[in-house]
Amino acid sequence: MQTLQQIVNGLMLGAILSFVAVAFTLTIGMLNFLNFTIPALFMVAGMTLWALASSGGHMFGFGMHWLPAALLGITVAVAGSLVVERFTYRFMKAKYGDATEHALPLVSSLGFVIVFEHLVITLWGTEPQRVTLPFAETDLRVAGLVVGVPQLVSLALAFVLVALLSALLSRTRLGRALRAIAENPDAATLMGIEVNRIVPVVFLITGALSAIAGILYAASYRTVSPFVGDAVAADAIAGMVLGGLGNVWGAIVGGLFVGMVKVLAISWFGAEIEKIPVWGLLLAILVFRPTGLFGHSKIGKGKF
Amino acid sequence: MSGYVSGILAQLAINIVIAYSVFLPAAAGLLNLGAAGFVLIGGYVAGALTLKAGVPLFVAIPLAGLAAGLVAFLVSFPILRTRGVYMVLATFAFAEIVGGVLINIPALGGAAGLSVTAYAGLPVVFSVTVLVVAFVSWLLATRFGLAMRAVHDDENVALLFGVNLRLTQVFAFTIGGALGGIGGALLVHQFNFIDVQTTGVMFSIFVLLYVLMGGTQTAWGPVAGALFFTLAPEGLRRAADLAPALKFLESSRYIVFGVAVVLVMMWRPEGLVTRTLVDRIRRA
Repeated sequence: MQTLQQIVNGLMLGAILSFVAVAFTLTIGMLNFLNFTIPALFMVAGMTLWALASSGGHMFGFGMHWLPAALLGITVAVAGSLVVERFTYRFMKAKYGDATEHALPLVSSLGFVIVFEHLVITLWGTEPQRVTLPFAETDLRVAGLVVGVPQLVSLALAFVLVALLSALLSRTRLGRALRAIAENPDAATLMGIEVNRIVPVVFLITGALSAIAGILYAASYRTVSPFVGDAVAADAIAGMVLGGLGNVWGAIVGGLFVGMVKVLAISWFGAEIEKIPVWGLLLAILVFRPTGLFGHSKIGKGKF
Repeated sequence: MSGYVSGILAQLAINIVIAYSVFLPAAAGLLNLGAAGFVLIGGYVAGALTLKAGVPLFVAIPLAGLAAGLVAFLVSFPILRTRGVYMVLATFAFAEIVGGVLINIPALGGAAGLSVTAYAGLPVVFSVTVLVVAFVSWLLATRFGLAMRAVHDDENVALLFGVNLRLTQVFAFTIGGALGGIGGALLVHQFNFIDVQTTGVMFSIFVLLYVLMGGTQTAWGPVAGALFFTLAPEGLRRAADLAPALKFLESSRYIVFGVAVVLVMMWRPEGLVTRTLVDRIRRA
């Protein structure tokens, strides 16, 4: 029973990780760009939600209703994501022809991580903050298992959003354009696809996905801090690699699996050991099966 | 010299040594996001040697370099199997595993960290740093340095000209790891303390960023990067102290660093100090 409960908890954490893993995998699959700002946007959304929804005398402490606060958090994160697109991918593409020839976008995105993190610290300090949402305390009891409502919502939402995303990629005109860019940006331009108008869509989607994950995390664990993105980044990247870079459904499975491994490792061996199974697994997969469990082999073969 | 100034100078010197640990692989075309791993190995090995075995500092520091170099040599084979983004992730994973293992060794203090009594003052730290800078400058002037440059610029052409690709990359990675270990040994004895948190996720990121910002074409790049990374925040803090109107600089100094990284990548993608810049200064 104990183990079963831990598996449920792991799946719930995994649902949030899958969102971030999907965001990672989408930018790397479409643009061959490991965008490290994704977990920072996750954190920005969560912190914005907390700041707007509570009224503790801090900056922007308006004590708003949680729903507009959450929507504003997502908006801020998406805006941040578009700024990142403007100064990393698009700039390099315009100046050097190929944005992934050098490691430049990756390095710039790490610069942006520092900017976002310290912007939040400057505004609201380094302390972890409590997030109180009206439905956060409600639990369902199913056959003796405790299931948090926010976590259940994240799990359901993860599947719905990824189903929509994968329909978008395979069925629509926009999806076809995106897949063409993933295949070869230059050829896509020659075929009349406006790369500069399509690429921001990727950043819009990934920004929104990571922001929603940030909101769900804040709702499920009732706490946010400027450093919440660091831990999530590590686990989500592990999930992405597990599922295969560029594979959206793989990222979901990978995220859920990593969430479960993490929770079970903590409950069996204690909190100190949690890094070893996740990272050991990641390193083993990178070395022995670098395409992940269900990945393509063409991605991530740039110079760096 | 006040304690404040000597503290900053020591930090600067250590940052320069650690910068070279990332610089050498980068100069051979390998992005290493695992600086923290080698710094931790070197720091813990040197700390344990001086604390538990009473080994003198001038023996412990090279031994720490040797230990980290050995680990780097061993992990370089699996890690060099990976390419591109996968290598960035593999080195990052390696650093996390080192941290995860060290925190679970009670003899080394576990999560509470390791406190050592031996102290490496500014003279020690500085002389080691000068040696490291001289060593790397010499290394770049050798045939091996040329091979690294060739591999960095174009692997296939380097192979066609008979450069041993695997050997060059393994050695660049190994020597880099050893320098990281020496940096860690200096770090633990300068601050008399090390724990896994000393080198968290952001540590490796910062090191990689200031090395790439300084430039990977010449041996001066990492020095320039470390100078900027160490002194710019302090300068901004001083400015905030002197003028109340600049108070916001105090807390936002890392924002300035982040923006600077983005701008340098946009306008000087090969880093601040490039080969052409050094040539131009030499000729002038």
